[in-house]
Amino acid sequence: MTFFYENRQIVTPGDLLAEGDYLAGENTFKEDSKIYASRLGLVEYIGRKVQVVALNMFYVPLVGDLVIGRVTETNISGWTVDINSAYMANLRASEALNKPFKPQRDDLTSFLDVDDLVLAKVVAYDRTRDPSLTILEPGLGKVTYGQIIKVSPAKIPRIIGRKGSMISILKKETGCSITVGQNGLVLISGRNPEDERLAITAIQKIEQEAHTSGLTDRVTEMIRKERGVVKNEGTNEIG
Amino acid sequence: MKEQTKLVDDNGIRTDGRKLNELRPTKMEVGVLSNADGSAYIEQGKNKILAAVYGPREAHPRHLALPERAILQCRYHMAPFSVDERKSPAPSRREVELSKVIRESLEPAIFLDQFPRTSIDLFIEVLQADGGTRCAGVTVASLALADAGIPMKDLVVACAAGKAGGHLILDLNDIEDKEGEADVPVAYAPNLNAVTLLQMDGILIIEEFRQTIDLALEGCKDLYKLQKEALKAKYVAITEEVEE
Repeated sequence: MTFFYENRQIVTPGDLLAEGDYLAGENTFKEDSKIYASRLGLVEYIGRKVQVVALNMFYVPLVGDLVIGRVTETNISGWTVDINSAYMANLRASEALNKPFKPQRDDLTSFLDVDDLVLAKVVAYDRTRDPSLTILEPGLGKVTYGQIIKVSPAKIPRIIGRKGSMISILKKETGCSITVGQNGLVLISGRNPEDERLAITAIQKIEQEAHTSGLTDRVTEMIRKERGVVKNEGTNEIG
Repeated sequence: MKEQTKLVDDNGIRTDGRKLNELRPTKMEVGVLSNADGSAYIEQGKNKILAAVYGPREAHPRHLALPERAILQCRYHMAPFSVDERKSPAPSRREVELSKVIRESLEPAIFLDQFPRTSIDLFIEVLQADGGTRCAGVTVASLALADAGIPMKDLVVACAAGKAGGHLILDLNDIEDKEGEADVPVAYAPNLNAVTLLQMDGILIIEEFRQTIDLALEGCKDLYKLQKEALKAKYVAITEEVEE
């Protein structure tokens, strides 16, 4: 029963993390009784579990995930959607229309067309089949306003924060509505472009410094400072 | 008769001033390209090599995709200006072969079975060549893979050893490779303790061959430390900046 690193130390693939009766968590693998890292990240020892918080990774779909995707193709009975993962997702017409779908009658392109952005939920995915999506829930559907930025899917938990602490601060301080897709796309819409720009800067800061501690305080401080500057500039112009 | 260059002088010093078991000065950097999912750059002596990783993504052409695992597609390419005399940019026989051996030396270290039906695309671009580019290519490629967040059992590191001027030497450069007696490139995964590439060009007796491999593995272990430092450097720099 031995640990080879301190909590939250950076490890690289192949590093021996622990030996003995432990459970291999995320981004680790077990051989005999030895646990190794499989990704570059920060090691965490939680009780008997050893895991690595990855510093960069790609999106792997999970049932129930909220994602933002781009329609790449219109088919006979649905659409193909790029959800920033290794697999293209399918959105079937029956998962998008509130009425029964008849190919003879309904023109799918009038509902969603190529290059449209959609906010959707993953309803099915396994290793053998491509993920399928639905937009038949309140709040889901075509994205018609706001700005979208792309971040590494590994940083999404940090942007949301523990029990949503970070995201609620972002919303409160910038006054924007922020929708986080688990696939690394974030939709931001605010009352004016200034607010949106501020929210984007803050999210990019979180992405950059995701592996450091005390981030929430620094982000709050940064937003308040920027806001102050913006407000002062505004008053100067009027004066 | 061709005049023989003296590859190792009487004091055991090589043409570029190195000792027999000394690596070339090496610099590695991770995350140098913003459009790739993962990237890395290495300078090993006069070698300058760039690696970029994309994926896992849909395999193209589609028929290459495998139902049970991902495929690794590798392209080793030398820029036309990478050597003294212009090299045609079209892939040569040698480049096709090196693409294959580099791919096969990296495959055992990657968890390919975790994302079936996809492809990981790896591009290795040699900007300047001075011998030992296949080894430097493997070293930089595994850095780019780790940077892309692809799950791996270990980082793969490669280094050549060989014989020139009657001495066993580490990390051959271009002259030593061309005019020396033998060249043995070795790719190694230190934590797995597995050799994933072993080639030999030239003539060695069995005892020399054994010593050469040991020498190459020592070189690999030194480069491995540099690899790990390079991977961490990007993040450690941010942490230090923040804590100031």
